[in-house]
Amino acid sequence: MKMTKGLSVLLGAAAAIGLTAAAHAGQITVISWGGAYTNSQVKAYQEPWMKKTGNTIVSADYNGGLAEIKAQVQSGNVTWDVVDVETSEAISGCNDGLFEKIDAAKLPKGDNGAGPLDDFVPGAITDCAIANIAYANVIGYDSSKFTGDKPTKVADFFDLKKFPGKRGLKKEAKVNLEFALMADGVASADVYKVLATKEGVDRAFKKLETIKSSVVWWEAGAQPPQLLASGEVTMTTAYNGRLFTPAVKENKPFVIIWDGQQQVFDNWAIVKGTKNKDLALDFVGFSTSTKPLADQATYIPYGPARKSSAPFVGKFEDGKTDMAPHMPTNPDNMKNAIVQDVKFWADHYDELNERFVAWIGK
Amino acid sequence: MSLAIDQNALTARLAKAERRGKIRAFLLVAPLLAFVLLSFVIPIANLVTQAFYGDLVSSNMPKTTAELATWNGTMPVPESLCESFVTEFKAAKVKDAALPTRIATLVNREFSGSLSKLRPVANNELSAPYCGALAKLNDEWTKPEIWNAIKIVSPSVSPRFFGSIRPETEENKIHLALFGRTLYVAAAVTLFCALLGFPIGFLLAHLPARTSNLLMIIVLLPFWTSLLVRTTAWIALLQQNGVINDTLVALGLIADDQRPVMMYNMFATFVAMTHVLLPFMILPLYSVMTGIKPNFVRAARSLGATPFTAFWRVYFPLTIPGLGAGCLLVFILAIGYYITPALVGGQSGQLISNIIAFHMQKTLNWPLASAIGTLLLAGVLLLYWLYNRLVGIEKMKFA
Amino acid sequence: MAASHSADAGFVRFEAVEKTYDGINLVVKSLNLSIGRGEFLTMLGPSGSGKTTTLMMLAGFESATSGEIYLDGERINNIPPHKRGLGMVFQNYALFPHMSIAENIAFPLQVRHLGKAEIAERVRKALDMVQMSGLDARKPAQLSGGQQQRIALARALVFEPKLLLMDEPLGALDKQLREHMQYEIKHLHERLGITIVYVTHDQSEALTMSDRIAVFNDGIIQQLAAPADLYEKPDNSFVAQFIGENNRIAGRVVSITNGKARIDAKGGTFDALAVKCTAGQSTSVSIRPERVSIDPVQADIVFDARIEEVIYLGDHIRIRVSVLGSDEFVVKTPNQNNQRKFNSGDTLRIGWAVEDGRALDA
Repeated sequence: MKMTKGLSVLLGAAAAIGLTAAAHAGQITVISWGGAYTNSQVKAYQEPWMKKTGNTIVSADYNGGLAEIKAQVQSGNVTWDVVDVETSEAISGCNDGLFEKIDAAKLPKGDNGAGPLDDFVPGAITDCAIANIAYANVIGYDSSKFTGDKPTKVADFFDLKKFPGKRGLKKEAKVNLEFALMADGVASADVYKVLATKEGVDRAFKKLETIKSSVVWWEAGAQPPQLLASGEVTMTTAYNGRLFTPAVKENKPFVIIWDGQQQVFDNWAIVKGTKNKDLALDFVGFSTSTKPLADQATYIPYGPARKSSAPFVGKFEDGKTDMAPHMPTNPDNMKNAIVQDVKFWADHYDELNERFVAWIGK
Repeated sequence: MSLAIDQNALTARLAKAERRGKIRAFLLVAPLLAFVLLSFVIPIANLVTQAFYGDLVSSNMPKTTAELATWNGTMPVPESLCESFVTEFKAAKVKDAALPTRIATLVNREFSGSLSKLRPVANNELSAPYCGALAKLNDEWTKPEIWNAIKIVSPSVSPRFFGSIRPETEENKIHLALFGRTLYVAAAVTLFCALLGFPIGFLLAHLPARTSNLLMIIVLLPFWTSLLVRTTAWIALLQQNGVINDTLVALGLIADDQRPVMMYNMFATFVAMTHVLLPFMILPLYSVMTGIKPNFVRAARSLGATPFTAFWRVYFPLTIPGLGAGCLLVFILAIGYYITPALVGGQSGQLISNIIAFHMQKTLNWPLASAIGTLLLAGVLLLYWLYNRLVGIEKMKFA
Repeated sequence: MAASHSADAGFVRFEAVEKTYDGINLVVKSLNLSIGRGEFLTMLGPSGSGKTTTLMMLAGFESATSGEIYLDGERINNIPPHKRGLGMVFQNYALFPHMSIAENIAFPLQVRHLGKAEIAERVRKALDMVQMSGLDARKPAQLSGGQQQRIALARALVFEPKLLLMDEPLGALDKQLREHMQYEIKHLHERLGITIVYVTHDQSEALTMSDRIAVFNDGIIQQLAAPADLYEKPDNSFVAQFIGENNRIAGRVVSITNGKARIDAKGGTFDALAVKCTAGQSTSVSIRPERVSIDPVQADIVFDARIEEVIYLGDHIRIRVSVLGSDEFVVKTPNQNNQRKFNSGDTLRIGWAVEDGRALDA
């Protein structure tokens, strides 16, 4: 890290971050998804950690994907320390040697004294990453569009007769195939068992085929609420937090169907070869401890990955909305929920997505 | 003899005089040369190499690679192959804990589900006979598919990624279709740009300066707004409850329940891409058209040509260099476009570049992304060659 | 030639033609011009004098603001250019760069839908006519300026137009080639007997080639006459000044008797032909340099002049003198044996005949 100033200018902003990191020993770079989500992390994790340890955090955004991380690791010029990744990416990145292994047993205990391995909900700990929150892929609808019966279950999404209008779906195999099977009568517990067979995949695609001509495909998380608001669709899949904000803050008539919700973790992973591994680990440990996870829920309705955090979840930042009913992890919302099976998707993502893309194009 | 010496001296003096000039010229272009080399030549060379070359398996499991090369594909596999595979795979884990999974990920791309079959090999104690031990671990090891998959990924140099662009199953056959669709969209957008850009370029070139400057600003406006803003603006205009449909309904031209679908289909892709790429057509056309003297058309008219014949046989052929340059620019840019079609094109908005981005960012299958990219590059070069043969690249005039 | 155009004097007629582009300034003012069949008429004038505009109106590329234009007895104001049947040679030739020489010449025949064999035959003849056989396959850019000029001529003539218009066709050639082409065009005209309207700003070109010359200035034809008349008998001082070399002496008309004007100039009084002057008004007397003799044995008018400058020009000597209030008065004398020596400052006795001085407008 001994660099002349001129050289660092040549190497650009990325290197400049490295230079300042060398100047003040306690500094790490944390990369996340931006917007309200990053904001909630800054308030609940970063500011308390900086106050407590005296270190500083450079916070930056990215759009997901492992390409940038792979480039940094391969070139040996690692400037990102901690990155917020989805579980599937945490696993494939780990398989590709992009992330440091994390020993979850050494993480802090829960506030109630539970050991970390017991305190985290199932699926929250992987070889290279520790989950901070769980969000849910849910179905949402515009209640002003249905005057009589309201949709209540996954199957209603596929019922164009009873609930007319276009449907919004993410342009990806993941989530959609699970919803299709559940709508076709597969019990939530059996979804991945069925999907592992050729017949199960055929069945899922056949179900999707029934609404294909009415689908508007979305790619970015910001699109579903917009599609609902503009009336382009009457029902859509979405990330639960994206529907919560317009519904609570702007009083839009958006309603979430929790039936068949699919939970996915967002995780902290540490980029392989970082010079600040110890600090990064400390930050990951702190931010995934009981209180910070609970605090985050003040700003965004995503469920803490620790069981011990649940009792501390309070009200939304407006001071009046109770957050618990809006949490994917709320027991009432969990009745027919599934947790996305990352092992299944690691094995089958390429294959199923290729078929999905081919199917969309037909 | 003395003449020869004199001449040598003269040649030397000339060389010396010219050398200084050459060095100066070289120093002047050196930064650009370095930039082009760093940002263009090396990445493309890297891209092409990635598409053919990968030594992850062959360098870490050389014996296995050699034995697989001679294996005839029939079961059961020879015990010697099982032994070298198991020992080398375990040795790889000792070398670098992440290696087995990286190798397994490679194999998984060829045969879905292999990931979970391979990893236990590195994590469990296995002893001779190794083939039997593997079979006990998972009976997939008694079938040829997984061994075939390992065989496919083991050579360091192979065209396998060009093979996987055409997967065998009917359901997964997308790459060829997407290549076809990409070419179709690019060709159609090029055509629309040419049809719209030609009259606009003509107006720009022949209107009085004040009017044409204003028009030029309007033409260039899309350049000054971000891609996403432009795309989002089209969504707001074209969607079911968008500005255009609302206006048509308000004017009573269409019934409220019969709003035409203009968004999330091929139509929207064409509209948005044509809008974004139109300036690339207009600018070269404009530059060529301003250079065409009015006397050419007058000459044609005086020689007895009707206005249309004068346009078609004289004016139009003279615009070919600009039209060619514009078409080539728009077509090549259109081939690489994927954000706009993905946002506005609905299920028809999936183009080959989306697949490249997908493999780059999501599956990290860079070799496959490189292979598709290489094919795309080859396609563009082929077009360039064709253009050179038909029109002549030296005649091309960009803005 | 004079006989031929009087036979059909009104082959091309401009009647009170006016042209304005901006509605304020007239570029062509009340033009009346009649051109005979088979005549070679040149429109001569400085740039902006209206000659090219007049040609463009005849060709049909500009419309007359008012007035009538007739061709062969037919009013052509509203006939589009391609139906007028005129051949035209442009400045810089306007050969179509994307067509071969043969294709260029075939163009007017093709648009007239002639048979292939006939086209080939006529293209061959046209190339023969301009002595360019064997260059059929070349592109215009591969030819020299003179060759291009000939091809342009061949193309304009191949369809046997009623009338050939030429817009400064030799402007781009060097002096020697230009003179050569002048003769060629003139010979072609004599051989084919076609009517030619020719525009140029080069007076020697006009004098060499034309049957008649129309001198344009300020949108008006100043004089329309045969070259010799134009030179010998200019109607006004613009024409006298524009055509050939001219000496001007400013003075006042004392009286006019029998077509002779008595001129009172600074330093003397003399007689001149009263062409365009009024008694009591100022005038400008035009005397051609070659009509002035040195040490005249017998002359009507004799003055003493002071030599200002002597220029040796090989075949003749040019002497600039000051006389009658002008120090720009030029005398030419042939370079002969036993040539008298001229020195600046010497006094020179010069003289001329009364008929050689023409009293014109001031």
